[in-house]
Amino acid sequence: MKPPPFLYHAPESLEEVVALLAEHGGDARCMAGGQSLIPLMNLRMARPEVIIDLNRCRELMRIDRGQDSLVYGAMVRAREAEQSDETVTGCPLIPKALLHAGPIAVRNRSTVGGMLAHADRTAELPGVAVALDAMLVIASAEGEREVAATEFFLGDMTTAIEPNEMLKATRFPLASTGAYTEFFEAGVRQEGVAIAGLAAQVLIGESGAVEGIRLAATGVESAPVRLKSVEELLLGSKLDELLIAEAAKLGGSAVGPVDDPFVPARYRRRVTETFVKRALQGAVNQRNANV
Amino acid sequence: MKMLHEIAVTVNGDRFVEEVEARYLLVDFLRQRLRLTGTHVGCAHGACGACTVLVDGQPMRSCLMFAVQANGSEITTVENLSDGERLSPLQEEFRRHHALQCGYCTPGMLISATALLAENPRPTEEQIRTYMAGNLCRCTGYTPIVRAIEAASRRKH
Repeated sequence: MKPPPFLYHAPESLEEVVALLAEHGGDARCMAGGQSLIPLMNLRMARPEVIIDLNRCRELMRIDRGQDSLVYGAMVRAREAEQSDETVTGCPLIPKALLHAGPIAVRNRSTVGGMLAHADRTAELPGVAVALDAMLVIASAEGEREVAATEFFLGDMTTAIEPNEMLKATRFPLASTGAYTEFFEAGVRQEGVAIAGLAAQVLIGESGAVEGIRLAATGVESAPVRLKSVEELLLGSKLDELLIAEAAKLGGSAVGPVDDPFVPARYRRRVTETFVKRALQGAVNQRNANV
Repeated sequence: MKMLHEIAVTVNGDRFVEEVEARYLLVDFLRQRLRLTGTHVGCAHGACGACTVLVDGQPMRSCLMFAVQANGSEITTVENLSDGERLSPLQEEFRRHHALQCGYCTPGMLISATALLAENPRPTEEQIRTYMAGNLCRCTGYTPIVRAIEAASRRKH
């Protein structure tokens, strides 16, 4: 028995969840897969007084197809999200990112909502959400509100979710057909804790010009960084070696990492630069293979 | 104030109805309450995989689940892999290939490898290494473990 005692609720509906949140407020923590929260509790770094376990809420476990998006209930397991046909065809960046999100025994339990709400700076899915302009649906006893991913992640393990609220679902826009998608990550091991990463989705049109581009860097600042300046530089242009080099350099200078005891800031900058370059080369290679 | 929750779980085919504190980890429940000490606790925060068990057929870390959350589930631990007399083919290949030295990680390794072979009966070396990446071993350097799983996958067919 590792964690300190807590009051445990396992409600079966969202209605009960938000009622419990209204009752307990800041003393309560929602538990999704628990793959980050339980380690923190075992180490006694987190000591929630009340746990609201979402694992009995079946209504939060659905993937719904919207008009131009996929809506993931908070309790969709990582492994289900990465293997579902709808994800693979509609939002291929998600499974590519989740392959880095811990080993299989963890991904069998961890959830889409948990990974977003936990908001670890090196986590993959927040980067995907910021890159794709996902919308996060936040629920409380008062009702629902939607927050754009760029306004949801506020810093290390800090999000726009208020103490009486919970993340109910996340809406990820569908990828255009033929778009290049990849998630790059630097770390000691693929499944281990990352140093830095890049979520990339690039659409090259028939003319050879970039018609759509979305890039977000993870692990470089306290929240994912959308590389808008790189996107603006490339939109409408044809990718050649010179432009790719310029874009990569711009990507590296667009992030503001700081030194930590393990990794110097300049390394994270270089990683971002390298990943932007690889993403753009990958997009070109994919297009050349299909022409 | 100690609040108890009643849970009903099936472990290795046997049904148990027990009362547990909410903070009782599944792995502690298995080892201390049910005396199934085959499942090991390495790090107790999800890094090592020694405590991996099957929950409703899927490998999960039993140190990252509370026993109360397993209510209604079917759990398989390393004790269930053999009939108590003969080793399972996978266990036999672990022995044949020296896939363990101290043996501390072995219960988790065997459970993960069992799940892998159930999901993908003829995995490539790369697939084995990816699937087993959540189980750490400080003795073998992993190669004998990979070889043992390969050998077991060939025997099954």
